[in-house]
Amino acid sequence: MDFELLTKGRELANTLKTELCAVCLGHNINDINQLIKYGADKVYLIDDPALATNQEDLYTGELVRLIREHKPEIFLAGATSLGRSLIPRVAAILRTGMSADCTGLDIDTENRWLLQTKPSYGGNIMAIITCPDKRPQIASVRPRVFKAIPNSNHQGQIIKVDFKKEAVTSRTKLLGFVEDITEKVKIEDADIIVAGGRGVGKMENFKLIEELSHVLGAAVGATRPPVDEGWTTYSHQIGQTGKTVSPKLYIACGISGAVQHTAGISTSETIVAINNDPNAPIFEVATYGIVGDLFQVLPLLIRKLKST
Amino acid sequence: MNIVVCLKQVPGTTQVKIDPETNTLVRQGIKNVVNPYDTYALEEGIRLKERYGGKVTALSMGPPQAEEMLREAIASGADEAILLSDRAFAGADTLATAYTLSRAIKNIEDCDLVICGRQTIDGDTGQVGPELAETLGFSFVSYVNKIEEAAAGCMRVQRMIEEGHETIETSLPAVISVVKEINVPRLPSLRGIARARSTTITILTANDLGADMNMVGLAGSATKVIRIFSPERACRGKILEGDLETQVTGLIEKLRESKII
Repeated sequence: MDFELLTKGRELANTLKTELCAVCLGHNINDINQLIKYGADKVYLIDDPALATNQEDLYTGELVRLIREHKPEIFLAGATSLGRSLIPRVAAILRTGMSADCTGLDIDTENRWLLQTKPSYGGNIMAIITCPDKRPQIASVRPRVFKAIPNSNHQGQIIKVDFKKEAVTSRTKLLGFVEDITEKVKIEDADIIVAGGRGVGKMENFKLIEELSHVLGAAVGATRPPVDEGWTTYSHQIGQTGKTVSPKLYIACGISGAVQHTAGISTSETIVAINNDPNAPIFEVATYGIVGDLFQVLPLLIRKLKST
Repeated sequence: MNIVVCLKQVPGTTQVKIDPETNTLVRQGIKNVVNPYDTYALEEGIRLKERYGGKVTALSMGPPQAEEMLREAIASGADEAILLSDRAFAGADTLATAYTLSRAIKNIEDCDLVICGRQTIDGDTGQVGPELAETLGFSFVSYVNKIEEAAAGCMRVQRMIEEGHETIETSLPAVISVVKEINVPRLPSLRGIARARSTTITILTANDLGADMNMVGLAGSATKVIRIFSPERACRGKILEGDLETQVTGLIEKLRESKII
């Protein structure tokens, strides 16, 4: 996500003929130079043990402090659950405008406005939003929409900023964390994803999705109904209220293709759809479609993949 | 516990179209409903009241017809309802909405907790909750899927993030946003429906709130929508042909040819 933001940020900064700065909060952060490689001219680094885990109150305070000091025209962040919960707070304190989960960012060069393309109505309507008078213009960006492109020749500097522990107090405390994913492959990073939808029918059938994913070395994804029904956990959910993924291959099984789901897969390189309804909208976004009963198609596909 | 639940009336479908002549959303024939995520917020408020005692106030900003939704909230178990309705509130973005809601909440004595849904199904911003928290100076936790325990001045909750669940202790007063996993909302009871009929919904204007007119509605909004459009659905589909055997073999060949598998 960070590299995607920096690549897009670099492009916007070039258009505006201005600097691109990164803010990095945490503790013992590896590969900080990578941020320069992806386009940052300056990296403000706040490294403190207190910032090692997600500390939204502290992050909010530090970001507000840095923005007030350096007065950027534009401030971008990832629309992850952290970003979507934290960045609006920064915007409210600074009393400026923001837009969430943007899928497009552009510059109106005449006014130096950030043109923020933001899906609404579950992705059925797109809105272009500006923030004409207040600064910074703030947008959170949907993960995996922009490409991350490194440039190893890019030069920049790292500026260490002290963490003013006394200045901010946290009213929330992280007591514990339980990781959901039991599998080896995380869906956000997977090259191949096999996903099941309502058409899978019941929990026992979901094993078929898992079996195909196993044969392909793929991760398992799902639309909302299988998660609601408890066939799999929320961390596998792809779509507007789940994750956005961008694999090389996405195999949609028994998925009708409501825009709330396809919004999360639209940047996949190849989409294969298996559905018995020839009119299912998933076939509009699929590279290859098989109209058929998934309980026949999947076993056949598994057998053929195994045998060749 | 003194609880405020924020509700928004939204179109009952996300399948909305744009009128090509006016470039505005076609709202005709679309029934308004309570934002689905807000029903979980209301239910959780009622459950907390049942567990710890106190009062639930349903709060909304919107046109006069939003009163109907607030009556339904009373029927489900809210004790009181307040509608913030004024022409001056029209065109509010999330910043102006958060400010307007905060003015009403400040007038509610000893508010311990404000509950919002994770986002609305029309705007999809999820911003009003966190912006409201900062405007009120309350602490904030998003994506709450379980309230484990509440006590004087603090509360322990579980929240959902991409990788799993975090347990968080927060001071009160707080604003939280909830996900649908938190509960199953109840249906209104007959007694509730009867009560809803006889309850007076408080309607407050900008003046009643003592609101700064430069901070509400269009005037108080930092963002402007300059254009809306329907996304193009890229039609790249190629339905494979032949019997199932041929289709599956064909698919595997194509994927192997392009080195995808």
